[in-house]
Amino acid sequence: MLNIMEVHETNKMIEQEKLDVRTITMGISLLDCVTDDVDKLCDNIYTKITTKAHDLVKTGKDIERDFGIPIVNKRITVTPISLVAAGACTTIDDYVQVAHSLDRAAKQVGVDLIGGFSALVSKSMTPAEELLIRSLPQVLAETDIVCSSVNVGSTKTGIDMNAVNLMGHIIKDVSTATADNDSYGCVKLVVFCNAPDDNPFMAGGFHGVTEGDAVINVGVSGPGVVSKALDAARGKDFEFLCQTIKHTAFKITRVGQLVAQEASHRLNVPFGIVDLSLAPTSAAGDSVGEVLEKCGLSQVGGPGTTAALAMLNDQVKKGGIMASSYVGGLSGAFIPVSEDKNMIDAVAAGNLRIEKLEAMTCVCSVGLDMIAIPGDTSASTISGMIADEAAIGMVNQKTTAVRVIPVAGKGVGDSAEFGGLMGYAPIMPVNTSSCEEFVNRGGRIPAPIHSFKN
Amino acid sequence: MNKAIITVVGRDTVGIIAKVCTYLSENDVNVLDISQTIIDGFFNMMMIVDYANTSKDFGTIVDDLEGLGDQIGVRIRCQREEIFTQMHRI
Repeated sequence: MLNIMEVHETNKMIEQEKLDVRTITMGISLLDCVTDDVDKLCDNIYTKITTKAHDLVKTGKDIERDFGIPIVNKRITVTPISLVAAGACTTIDDYVQVAHSLDRAAKQVGVDLIGGFSALVSKSMTPAEELLIRSLPQVLAETDIVCSSVNVGSTKTGIDMNAVNLMGHIIKDVSTATADNDSYGCVKLVVFCNAPDDNPFMAGGFHGVTEGDAVINVGVSGPGVVSKALDAARGKDFEFLCQTIKHTAFKITRVGQLVAQEASHRLNVPFGIVDLSLAPTSAAGDSVGEVLEKCGLSQVGGPGTTAALAMLNDQVKKGGIMASSYVGGLSGAFIPVSEDKNMIDAVAAGNLRIEKLEAMTCVCSVGLDMIAIPGDTSASTISGMIADEAAIGMVNQKTTAVRVIPVAGKGVGDSAEFGGLMGYAPIMPVNTSSCEEFVNRGGRIPAPIHSFKN
Repeated sequence: MNKAIITVVGRDTVGIIAKVCTYLSENDVNVLDISQTIIDGFFNMMMIVDYANTSKDFGTIVDDLEGLGDQIGVRIRCQREEIFTQMHRI
């Protein structure tokens, strides 16, 4: 039988250490909405989403109350729209119309965000995919909660440098189109390499074509719990440190698994995966940077940071993987700068630079995430950053991503405010030596030799 | 059997257990076990209860007990048992 100390430990994690379930995300296939008429397509999409996800938010709130665990976000992902809308959308305005119907449907069911206004162009772009990408400045400016992602490379296909080049320009255009709001549109846009089909986190979540009609994926969180647990590991060796992280990750993930199963059961939608990510928020005590500092760094960003992050990421996976029947998504430590108080402080102190963040992305689950850069950064420089991250993902057979925000009208020394979970960020300096000739070559970078495993 | 865990945290005052038990009795919630201790200087009580026979919705019991805690001046939580067993039992 449970004892009072165990119950106290769980409730302390929830009340004092910010343990929460970051998101219940319902993936919905829109493949059966396909038609060649854009108005009909929008109707089909709206009806499918509002039917399937009708009870999602209420169910999430009921589970929160019954178990006493906060579930911060309820979200939806859909099939990449470039596939669903290819037959119906012939102009940018058509894609904007589809985006509005996604926005309306998501608001109708009350979710926080909807992801999947996406294109998977890791080898090359179809005309429909290119049109979707070109619609992004207008889409991200006119809609409120629609998130977009573009997959520009993979280990099996190489990197589509035409798409990389285009995305540099598009990110600049999104920045300008949402200039009044610290270029907030860029917060809703992620450029991926090796994008997973079942990611419940935003802005990069979409419902992959390998998925079923609907699925429930859950993203856990809990850097505050890991950080608190590491207080007991101060001065101890790496074996003790790793064991502490593993034990804590196991406990956090078990909560995610419980919530995922319960949501799946109540909504009568199959359970997909639990994503084992440590997702920070900009609130004090909910920081991955703080966890790294408790490992023994004076400030995140200094020497030792990459090794500490590699160890943390691995131990989170090792602890979490046995706690869940299905693990997927990104599963690792997130390092979104604007959403992590200790990283924000390290940037402000000059100890955390983009080059170090790039090195960190080699050993954790994501990429250059939520980084504010000067508004006058050139499109080719942004493309170069995307190409570098995609290369890391391609060669290391892992997901990498770029979500940078060139903040219109601002430069180094200023800061950008994104609000809510998206946080705030000091603008970081970027190496501006030109890579224009490189990114303008056209074509694609071939898949690496170790991808040929057949 | 549907088990839930009720926790009471706060300053110790006369009649806390009586008031909680009266509410549970009126709503056909059976108390299986009670334990209490002092943690970090605060009174902590834990009850394991079975709510299988109550006619009330579980969420209503959660809200009612929270309201009762507000009246007494303590924090009362009622949570389904699985969140604890999942975390602490393999």
